[in-house]
Amino acid sequence: MILDNPYLHALIVGLPLLAVALTVAGFGVFYERRFAAWIQLRRGPVWVGPQGIFQIVADALKMFQKEDLVPASADQAIFKLASWFPMFLALSLLAVVPMGAVEAEDGSWTAAWAVSSLDVGILWPLALGGLMVFPLWAAGWSSNNKYSLLSGMRMVAQGISYEIPMVLTAMVPVILAGSLSLDDIVTYQMNHGWFAVWPPGPGLVAFVIFFLTSLAEADRVPFDIPEAESEIVGGITIEYSGIRMGLFVLTEYAHTFVAAALTATLFLGGPHMPFSVGPAWMGVVWLLGKTLFLFFVIYWIRWTWLRYRADQLMDLAWRWLVPVSLGLVMLSAVWVQLMEGK
Amino acid sequence: MLDSWTQALVFLLLSFAVPIAMLVVGMVLRVRSRRKTSPIKHEIYECGEEPDGPAWIRFHPRYYVVALVFVLFDVEAAFLFPWALGIRDNGWLAIADMTLFLGILVIGWAYAVRKGAIQWQ
Repeated sequence: MILDNPYLHALIVGLPLLAVALTVAGFGVFYERRFAAWIQLRRGPVWVGPQGIFQIVADALKMFQKEDLVPASADQAIFKLASWFPMFLALSLLAVVPMGAVEAEDGSWTAAWAVSSLDVGILWPLALGGLMVFPLWAAGWSSNNKYSLLSGMRMVAQGISYEIPMVLTAMVPVILAGSLSLDDIVTYQMNHGWFAVWPPGPGLVAFVIFFLTSLAEADRVPFDIPEAESEIVGGITIEYSGIRMGLFVLTEYAHTFVAAALTATLFLGGPHMPFSVGPAWMGVVWLLGKTLFLFFVIYWIRWTWLRYRADQLMDLAWRWLVPVSLGLVMLSAVWVQLMEGK
Repeated sequence: MLDSWTQALVFLLLSFAVPIAMLVVGMVLRVRSRRKTSPIKHEIYECGEEPDGPAWIRFHPRYYVVALVFVLFDVEAAFLFPWALGIRDNGWLAIADMTLFLGILVIGWAYAVRKGAIQWQ
């Protein structure tokens, strides 16, 4: 803890963290548009401010000003309530991510500066992320629109299917580090090597599967059939307008950022770099760097790959990812036995 | 221990405040029309066609089957977590136990796949 008072600690660490997450989410929208334009040989938004950098401000102002339309035949209360929760859930996952690296006098490293060093660490993002399907499904169902209904259905089916390999691959770091706490998992990686690199094989495969399932949980390409605009118009956001719709859109970017941060923490050593990193706060910079790199890769994939069909999606999850990640769990357990067993 | 839960809950409240604050700003800034609005404006948008009945209809049962298989594997994951923490202490016996447990589960998985429970056609 930075301060002895838990309330002050949560405020002092949590507020900048939320500010960073929201800034990345907001500017992520702009940079993604410029990046997509660059890939497709267009110019993208360039008019508002130098190089179009204030486009996001203009977009936000426009969204805030729009009328709040609720369809007359929709389930009004649930329709409104559903727009509160996705953003809340996506941001709250960040609570347990340790952001700093502290070097002890004997040269060993310790992870520090999480908003909360919960001893059940990894269960926090897995549990809250699992709740994400509820507001999305509520939005799809309450809209009373066939496209929204289909989109909500697909979101739930995809969300729960990819949650299984996600939980199983998240268990690989837990087994290797012997602890649920993210602080312990990062500390272990700092002193034994990143899980994506060591142990060779299971760690890397688990990293790739966890990353893919994070894409599916955040509804990113190639797993964005729930909001495929070319066949179901735009999914659950069809009937939403103004800032309620803006919340759903911004949530996707925030969720992507959070998923990248969790992947970096679990498999890429979090705030750690193999060479000496200078002062302890450099850890924050490294973690942000890794997170932004994964964030960039996610959008790179988005503008290069094709979208999977709904049946291919379920097939990939159940026929391939589930058995492979079960095997990874057993493999890493055997590895731990061989290395450190009694 | 208790402190870390306090911190987590404070962060939960902070992140809940974000969407609420945005909705409040939207409530203050948004445009309101003074004229009586047309009822067409409040209709469902289905690409310009008039909506044919409500969307609250019967849909394909394959979603329920997927949900059932999901519950099965989710419970299994809940069993795996305490086991994962005890590997170092319980040695090869823990691995043998879990191999047996997962073996039974994989048989069930293979049965579900063979029966087409997760077939999406």
